[in-house]
Amino acid sequence: MSPEHKQPLQSSLRVQELIYGLRISQVMTNKVFAVSRNCTMRDVQTIMKNNSITGVPVVDNKRVVGIVSMNDLMNALEQGAMEECVIRWMVGEVQTLAEDMPLSFAISAFGKFSFRQFPVVNKKNELVGILTFRNINMALIRELSRQLREMEQKNEQPPEPDSLVLAKVYQLHRYDFENGGKASAEMKKFLKERGIPPKVVRRVAIASYELEINLVAHSIGGMLGFDINEERVKISSHDRGPGIKDTAVAMTEGYSTANEWIRSQGFGAGMGLPNVKRVSDEFAIESAVGMGTMVQAIINLKTEGSNENK
Amino acid sequence: MKISDIQDLEVFTCVQGEYSNIELTGGYTSDLLSDVMGNADEGSVLITIQAHKNTIAVCSLAGVAAIIICNDRAVPDEMLDAAANENIAIFQTAENQFKTSALIAQHIGHCPAR
Repeated sequence: MSPEHKQPLQSSLRVQELIYGLRISQVMTNKVFAVSRNCTMRDVQTIMKNNSITGVPVVDNKRVVGIVSMNDLMNALEQGAMEECVIRWMVGEVQTLAEDMPLSFAISAFGKFSFRQFPVVNKKNELVGILTFRNINMALIRELSRQLREMEQKNEQPPEPDSLVLAKVYQLHRYDFENGGKASAEMKKFLKERGIPPKVVRRVAIASYELEINLVAHSIGGMLGFDINEERVKISSHDRGPGIKDTAVAMTEGYSTANEWIRSQGFGAGMGLPNVKRVSDEFAIESAVGMGTMVQAIINLKTEGSNENK
Repeated sequence: MKISDIQDLEVFTCVQGEYSNIELTGGYTSDLLSDVMGNADEGSVLITIQAHKNTIAVCSLAGVAAIIICNDRAVPDEMLDAAANENIAIFQTAENQFKTSALIAQHIGHCPAR
């Protein structure tokens, strides 16, 4: 059940975690070429050719009602139907992404569906952008160069050995209970050695351990990131699915989807997420079925204004 | 009550003896690890049938100092090894969680800190 997993380089995990945390709106192309229902396939062809793009959404009053891909265009061309309306050739049921979703959800969507691009919509369901894998690659490159610059700066001023500043990312695998808990133990040790009060350390350990176990027990795998400075510990958990249908229900104490095997490991009491929320000063969860879940928990290290008595 | 005092009670057998012999602050009885994680006190003894390596991880993070495994449940070697590394004492007993809790509560009740 728990094969040996090789931990990738910390720097690569860190970049991955950073881009996972970006919002789709920060990465997508804002300038979208779209057509209305009564445009012809010829119109689409012209747009694609002039702008070197491979997919054009069809909109009706800013709502996405379909998408025409290169494939649809080829089919119309073959049938000599280039003057026909797009509605006859477009794919009608379009998978869209919400602009405020974390980028990790989009990466799952690219893995799950074979589409090359996803129209991005806002809260009102209006088309606001388009996301292609190229956008993700660009974001990755941007993040990599930023990291590189940071590393270069750090090399100039080596950090003090007892510094509280730390950024570390752990990768967790499904059902790998052997390694679930490792990150929490390391973080607990790190904070304890730097004189953080035991009560605060315990809260970090609880939040981190529950998130680790969630990744191992419920997700198909994911990553847990720690971003620590003098003020606070920020824990972020990202996974690639399966996603939670109703996060409000998942936050109810006692609610669990754990199977017998997970229960036999002593987990699945339905207290994990409520425990994380209880010990955190700030807590946020986002999830989309089939795409993933992101949880962020912040614990303040300065006792003033922190979630005491937890 | 010190951890070593558990051993002096007839019904308990010490199966992992590498621990720092602190004064117990209290006890917690549960088989759900998230429950233990969220509610057990630092320096307390956990009464459970959950004889598993994960129990040690949770106890270590929560600061639980000793574990009593009830109903004569077998303690796997990997749990013993993990406990030795974390300096958490493990005791075994044929009694169930209810009787064990009652017995331990009586003794912790006599502890001068209470």
